[in-house]
Amino acid sequence: MARIRPRVRVPGEAAAGDVVEIKTLINHPMESGHRKDEDGNPIPRQIINRFEALFNGQEFFSVDLYPSVSSNPYISFFAKVDEAGEFTFRWHDDDGSVYEETKGIALS
Amino acid sequence: AVATGLTVVPGLGPRLAHATEAEVTDVITEMLGEMPAEGAISIDLPEIAENGNTVPLSVEIDAPMTADSYVQDIMVLADGNPSPRVAQFHFTPMNGKASASTRMRLVQTQNVVVVARMSDGQAMMASKQVKVTIGGCGG
Repeated sequence: MARIRPRVRVPGEAAAGDVVEIKTLINHPMESGHRKDEDGNPIPRQIINRFEALFNGQEFFSVDLYPSVSSNPYISFFAKVDEAGEFTFRWHDDDGSVYEETKGIALS
Repeated sequence: AVATGLTVVPGLGPRLAHATEAEVTDVITEMLGEMPAEGAISIDLPEIAENGNTVPLSVEIDAPMTADSYVQDIMVLADGNPSPRVAQFHFTPMNGKASASTRMRLVQTQNVVVVARMSDGQAMMASKQVKVTIGGCGG
């Protein structure tokens, strides 16, 4: 598998009270477990099964993902920003790996 | 990718079978205890998906997101995929807006069913059919 590299787009700054859009993408095959290889053997499931978003350490959004989510899962959502701080994003892989990315936001 | 995952091998038929409306109903009643009424959930999906491997989906509910009242969960189900669950979004008032997007696999023409649960326990649902030209594999 190619190296897993999460990508996140968050505005660098916002006015207090603004609702900002956050866009996330992670390269991952999201192998569904329903496919077979060329010899007819089932290809084991391996997906990102959970995504979490935290702001200053507090979880405010999460997603349970199933094999029907496309490969290289894209998730976008919103956050109301009342103070400057740091977003943390975490992707949980079926194999136990956790991929993490952080982004700061300032008040304008 | 070749959609080999959709080949139904004798003896493995049930495991590769598609979900049904009944399975979708089972998942919803397991989550909520009963089937909710139709409600104002905005579902943005193409009417026709040429590539079922990556179908863009956005869901949104026009509701306040305050500590007293907010949209808590939005669950997305597909009644023609091998398994009905697609994704479940969990919101808090900090989201500011009950809206999220992702991309999903649809193996064939089917209904996408979206169920929402508010913080006070009230629930609603909505659905939209997507015609799929080339099915996504193994959803």
